[in-house]
Amino acid sequence: MHLEKHLDLEALKAIQAHIDAKQASHLVSSSIDCRELNLVCRKQFIVPLLTFLRDDKQCQFKQLIDISGADYPERKDRFDVVYHLLSLSNNQRIRVRVQVGEGVKIPTAVDVFPCANWYEREVYDMFGVAFEGHPDLRRILSDYDFDGFPLRKDFPLEGKVEMFYDEAEKRCVYRPVNLAQEFRHFDQVSEWDGVGHNAHLAEEDKPFSMNDFTAEVKK
Amino acid sequence: MATTVREISLNENMTLNFGPQHPAAHGVLRLILEMDGEVITRADPHIGLLHRGSEKLIENKTYVQALPYFDRFDYVSMMCHEHVFCLATEKLLAIEVPKRAQYIRVMFSELTRLMNHLLWLGCHAFDVGAMSVLLYAFRDRETLMDFYEEVSGARMHANYFRPGGVAKDLPEGLTDKIAKFCDEFEKHLQEYDNLLSNNRIWKQRTVDIGVVTGDQALAWGFTGAMLRGSGIAWDLRKSQPYECYDELDFDVPVGKNGDCYDRYLVRMEEMGQSIKLIRQCLAKMPAGPVKAQNFKVSPPARDEMKSSMEALIHHFKYFTEGFHVPAGEVYVAIEAPKGETGVYLVSQGGPKPYRCKLRAPGFAHLQGLDFMSRGHMLADVTTIIGTQDIVFGEIDR
Repeated sequence: MHLEKHLDLEALKAIQAHIDAKQASHLVSSSIDCRELNLVCRKQFIVPLLTFLRDDKQCQFKQLIDISGADYPERKDRFDVVYHLLSLSNNQRIRVRVQVGEGVKIPTAVDVFPCANWYEREVYDMFGVAFEGHPDLRRILSDYDFDGFPLRKDFPLEGKVEMFYDEAEKRCVYRPVNLAQEFRHFDQVSEWDGVGHNAHLAEEDKPFSMNDFTAEVKK
Repeated sequence: MATTVREISLNENMTLNFGPQHPAAHGVLRLILEMDGEVITRADPHIGLLHRGSEKLIENKTYVQALPYFDRFDYVSMMCHEHVFCLATEKLLAIEVPKRAQYIRVMFSELTRLMNHLLWLGCHAFDVGAMSVLLYAFRDRETLMDFYEEVSGARMHANYFRPGGVAKDLPEGLTDKIAKFCDEFEKHLQEYDNLLSNNRIWKQRTVDIGVVTGDQALAWGFTGAMLRGSGIAWDLRKSQPYECYDELDFDVPVGKNGDCYDRYLVRMEEMGQSIKLIRQCLAKMPAGPVKAQNFKVSPPARDEMKSSMEALIHHFKYFTEGFHVPAGEVYVAIEAPKGETGVYLVSQGGPKPYRCKLRAPGFAHLQGLDFMSRGHMLADVTTIIGTQDIVFGEIDR
């Protein structure tokens, strides 16, 4: 591969075994997928787990690289909050994931990594996942009085309001979005290819029968 | 008409609204500064004025259509951002990139690094008060943009890299031009060095300003020159080499004091190292294809389409439906000019990404502005913004 020539899978497995042994009560699961180490953490234990990963002699994940969210609306706990950590001394990365439902709070990681402050504000702004104990949980990227959480899958791509300059009022105003042309969602995955995808269409697709046809005509 | 002037007592704290139209605010930074006289007690950056919802848009585009958004994230180092997205897609697809394409990509990543550092140098010096550096730096940037234009047709938003390689091979004669540029640029770099490195005013404005210790840099998620300036030797091109960086010889400059001057020296040396890398790429670049020869994930040659039915189908599928990427999630990071730029890409199968998160180095750096500027004068805030190399395209996304 032209990627990850540095990666030592054995070392990654060793660190996984180490974390599994020490932090079993905090973890839901751990796995290595796509040559990356994933941990799924119980939401109330995220702060002790992150502290362990930072301070443990073998782990040394000193840097919180990023926190991102992801929305899976079909799941009961629909949001993933994903922490990416980096260990400079071991040259390893790790991904810690917490799953939460709507309206459920996660303990903040600001006390462990100060840089979590803005990352968590961004997750809150984009997904509406609140962080308990966060010192300053304001919106960060969207407008000051923005309504809704844009990266949720049920938030429309076109948005809800648009801003423009109102000549009469001499200021910028918001108005509901009015597009001259609908945004065109192309569903490229065809219904017609592959067995098993078109079962619901098969019922309508009755074979031609002469008797039905003549009955139809007589009517 | 009588005007009322409110008297400000000397011990009263003042709140100053810096930007978003301030020329040193690098675009659209709105900074709320709380000041005690002329000393900063708290800085609260208000960002998001350039938020375009690119991550949401990418979720509704095929992988190839999503690529141009990456040019527009960090619009000063365009190809580096294309690079990280291509690498993430390739990791999910588990495809290999031909050697020639790897060298082309690395060469253009390094040219992009020069482009970014030249803009940083010019603007940083301009913020501090040295006007001529900006004009000189833009002269070289112009040549670099011409290289962009030659390979892609666009001077800034190139859209040149593709998952699996690059869009087209290099045009004839470009390598000679790049080699010539390297020779000229080395002299120019010396000129910039002469203009600033021992300049008394420059040193007064940058030495001991915005000091970041190594521990602070780690805790606040600093990467790139912001980390190396504080004495931590960490460069993803060395420590986690991607593409052909492990076949190339270069050094990683490291600072000592973690102030603006050290970060200036680190970035200046990085430019010298980039020239070294570009020369090696030119010397070692093999002949061969420039995109993966798997036509499910890269378009077939144009002339082949005229005779081969299969090629025509591949071409049609590639440009309408796009290629399907196996389900999975990856985080891939590269050493972009500003620091660690990463993409967290989630695929659930199908031709569109399910979630695509860009990890922007500037986002973490700007967050550190508060602790870096506390206790400094108002004029030093522009120096600190300059040294952080802030670009709002990537921070606001």
